[in-house]
Amino acid sequence: MAEIILNGRSVKTEAADMAELKQQTYDREGLSEETQKQCVWIVEGFQTDENLPLKDGMTINWIQKGKMPNREEMESMLCARHTPHVYEKAKKARVAIAGLGGLGSNIAIMLARTGIGHLHLIDFDIVEPSNLNRQQYMVEHLGMYKTEALKDELQRMNPYVEVQIDTVRITEENCRDLFKEDDIICEAFDKPDVKAMLTEQILCYYPEKTLICGSGMAGYGPSNTIRTRKINDHFYICGDGVSGAMPGRGLMAPRVTICAAHEANMVLRCVLGLDADDIDI
Amino acid sequence: MIKVNGEMLEIAEGTTVAAFLKAHGYPDKMIAVECNGAIVPRSTWEEAILKNGDTVEVVRFVGGG
Repeated sequence: MAEIILNGRSVKTEAADMAELKQQTYDREGLSEETQKQCVWIVEGFQTDENLPLKDGMTINWIQKGKMPNREEMESMLCARHTPHVYEKAKKARVAIAGLGGLGSNIAIMLARTGIGHLHLIDFDIVEPSNLNRQQYMVEHLGMYKTEALKDELQRMNPYVEVQIDTVRITEENCRDLFKEDDIICEAFDKPDVKAMLTEQILCYYPEKTLICGSGMAGYGPSNTIRTRKINDHFYICGDGVSGAMPGRGLMAPRVTICAAHEANMVLRCVLGLDADDIDI
Repeated sequence: MIKVNGEMLEIAEGTTVAAFLKAHGYPDKMIAVECNGAIVPRSTWEEAILKNGDTVEVVRFVGGG
């Protein structure tokens, strides 16, 4: 008899291995052979068809492909695909994303997929055709506010993430109020003076919050010059620091996305209590 | 001597943050200045005086996002 966690619930089973557990489950659910072939099994965060022996405390998830899971199953599936303690912490985090262009739209999507529980999206602008070269919007979003278009996309990816939107321009005057409830703030603006303004305001009013900025990701220079630099315990900058957007050096999807991934991974690392360069694999 | 972005620099006594930034050609709207781990708000640059032993970080932003 093993006590395992099956789709988020602790259960005792007589099954000795995965093959027996699958058979018991299929019998209980009355699944046809055809449906059984559509089932995916994830053992300790890893999708496998291997007939592993069951041990106490194992986390096992299964799902029928193409079937909409309920909230509990969905969370359990997401959790199963991360290392379990990661998801618990991610779920409690509150992260703001200031600017929803190439950096912000990518950061938001990565964080929603990671299971960050509360995302606060802020942008004043609408989606326009020139955004589609690097920003995560679709043709049908043209003319919509980025906040609304992105919220819609995130909820299609993970309907259980809480998404709060503010369709406003971020200024010196409203900074303090806007970010009151957020633990971690991702700066994802385009203009360098606005990046500097937000940095100053956040570090001044909220030195205890964590600020993660992006600077230097235009063009098609080397991927490996984009890095995450720690300025102090609550302040990190991602990018190569020098490649500004200018005529002849546009913003392109690959490097902007690399930089966005640096910001998103730094968010995750902060949530897990890790610094920019700590090694904990 | 003060340390700016990891580099040791000699400064004259009484140098303000504003004077230092101007002398070193920093684009003032695109930077944030931290001194000994605390932000130095733009509104105080004219009065804030750099002292011997200060560790300064001038964070310079470039456009794009």
